[in-house]
Amino acid sequence: MSDIWDGIVQAFTLIYTFDSDLIEISLRSLQVTLSALAISCMIALPLAAVLTIRRFKFRRFVIALLNALMGLPPVVVGLLVYIVLSRSGPFGVLDLLYTTTAMIIAQTIIITPLITSIAHQSLRELWSEYHDLLISMNTSHKQRVKTLLWDARRALLTASLAGFGRAIGEVGAIMIVGGNIDNATRVLTTAIALETSKGDFALALALGFVLILITIALNIGTHWLSKTESEGRW
Amino acid sequence: MNRLIKLISIMAFLLCPNVSFADSIKLAVTTSFNNSGLSDVLLPKIKSDIGLNIKLLVVGTGQAMRLGAAGDVDAILVHSKRAEQKFIAEGYGSHRREIMYNDFVILGPRFDPANIKHAESVEEALSFINNASAPFISRGDDSGTHKMEVKLWDLSNFNPEVFGDWYKSVGAGMGASLNISSSLGAYTLSDRASWLNFKNKSELEILFADDKLLFNQYSFIPINPARHKHVEYKKAEELENWLTSDTAKSLINGYEIDGQSLFKFNAKQK
Amino acid sequence: MFPLITENLVVKFEGKHILGPIDLKIDKGDIAVLLGPNGSGKTSLLKALHGILKPKEGTIRWSCLKTESIRKQMFVFQTPIMLRRSVFENLTYPLLLRKISKEQVNYRAARWLDRIDLRMSMQVPATRLSGGEKQKLALARALITEPEMLFLDEPCASLDGKTTYEIESLLQSCVANGTTIMMSTHDIGQAKRLAKNIYFLNKGILESIQPAKTFFIKPLSRNASKFIAGDIVE
Repeated sequence: MSDIWDGIVQAFTLIYTFDSDLIEISLRSLQVTLSALAISCMIALPLAAVLTIRRFKFRRFVIALLNALMGLPPVVVGLLVYIVLSRSGPFGVLDLLYTTTAMIIAQTIIITPLITSIAHQSLRELWSEYHDLLISMNTSHKQRVKTLLWDARRALLTASLAGFGRAIGEVGAIMIVGGNIDNATRVLTTAIALETSKGDFALALALGFVLILITIALNIGTHWLSKTESEGRW
Repeated sequence: MNRLIKLISIMAFLLCPNVSFADSIKLAVTTSFNNSGLSDVLLPKIKSDIGLNIKLLVVGTGQAMRLGAAGDVDAILVHSKRAEQKFIAEGYGSHRREIMYNDFVILGPRFDPANIKHAESVEEALSFINNASAPFISRGDDSGTHKMEVKLWDLSNFNPEVFGDWYKSVGAGMGASLNISSSLGAYTLSDRASWLNFKNKSELEILFADDKLLFNQYSFIPINPARHKHVEYKKAEELENWLTSDTAKSLINGYEIDGQSLFKFNAKQK
Repeated sequence: MFPLITENLVVKFEGKHILGPIDLKIDKGDIAVLLGPNGSGKTSLLKALHGILKPKEGTIRWSCLKTESIRKQMFVFQTPIMLRRSVFENLTYPLLLRKISKEQVNYRAARWLDRIDLRMSMQVPATRLSGGEKQKLALARALITEPEMLFLDEPCASLDGKTTYEIESLLQSCVANGTTIMMSTHDIGQAKRLAKNIYFLNKGILESIQPAKTFFIKPLSRNASKFIAGDIVE
């Protein structure tokens, strides 16, 4: 139990003194996760919209597959990405292994199905509301996608935040493809794993608390910016 | 909205430090080397002396060799002679250069239920543990430490495959294994350096040591450029020269925790 | 664009026969009121003519290119479908789809907001309007594109007298401007007030097409007589 208290104290000390290692790995965590999030959203949101409004032969199968992929164990994704990016693998020449780019790739693969599924659910509800109107107005597929995505933006934001949460706390995949290299690919979660393995639980917890604080701050900031809870807005 | 997203991702990629430092080299080392804290001392000095930035991958010996064989790293630093020789024989490593050694120790709970403190040899210590069916944590991860442990059981005429539940193979690195031993109050084999630097000692302490069979040699192996054209062979050579230099010698021999020296430099200098 | 002609129009839904076969002809300038008991197929007929319900058999032909006819029709649903946006954004949505210039959009929007008396509520989320206000907005939204054909499905079904009056006034003025209207109702008084021609529908069959005057004096179908008299038609 003293570890927890020590951890909290250490966390505040590290933050208060602007510990340079802490800042470095925190920024890197954010950089990797936010990049993965941006790319995922660019794929997931339009994909969710298309799945909502288009009827094609394998649609149900794709939706079921996406839901299943949400449960993909991240460490397995990491292993697969490693094999692909390894020097002995098909994309070895790109020299991407043990870089933050590889970590971004792995995390993008992990969170895209999640964001797509959640977004799809919200868009489906909205589509059933708008369906008759948008068809009556002879909208093109592109216009429908734009209308749905814009009007559902708050729900899509929630989907993105879910993706963010999944990514920022991920450790298995990025450990394998990133290598947890000091000053290059070490992030908060891999640092926590390292300190734990060294038996330094207090420091590991401290880093953990910093991670939690960052996540909370980001969530609050996002909601505040989008005025989600302001009076009268649904 | 769309444009904003595109802008963010472009910036993200640009800021992405895929910056390869001008002179860098990927080195896979064992968890026992890293957990000793020695790398924190050596790496900055290497950077300032020969301008080489070392990207350190801390994995088990087995994984280090796997990465080396795949050409994903430029050199490895491991501690399992037989596996190393096989690695070189198979053409993955160009040669092996002994750098330093330390020893293994058997850790256990303070109250020593198997009474190994009074063993006269490591074989005896292990047989005491077996007789007492005392909980024992094995690395189980094909690492140098694990290979040593298996070898020791073998020399003592035991076969771990038929041990009962008291023998727990955890498949983890040195630190994680020590955590488990510490929480369970179990016996385990560790290299001395990792143990001294470990911060969760709890009820564990060194109960048996100093048998010559517990000798632990660390060697540096550059990856064979004939096998993988892209490896930084020249830089690996520079690193090897530094690791066998007098500077390295004094740093390695001088590295202490709580007044105890952890490694002994034994490279044959050219 | 006119006349609109259908031949042998048949609509089925999930195997059940809903409408037809129906032959009819709508001329420019008509105010065609579709009258009939609930479940007679009025909504289905309107949707089929508008093109958002695919007929099982038969043809629906406008006297112009399909692309032209699609652009010049609008539909007002029984329950107004509002986008989750402000009153202004809902009103101008069809103009947005057609990429009309900003000045035009503002000009038309201002005019219509005044006509439906919602200028003060311009920025209010449309979902928060009352039922009557929503329906007026839906009608304005349909008319803001100056369509040549307007379909309405029981537009005043759940509205109070004042709002019904306002809507009927709007309809009459748009007819004066050259819009052709086809609407369904089961309010006989409304049919009397607005219709030029009455189309009586019962159980999916168009039992009679008569000019309004003659329909109320001497209906051709027996069921129509019962309907006018206020009896339940089976």
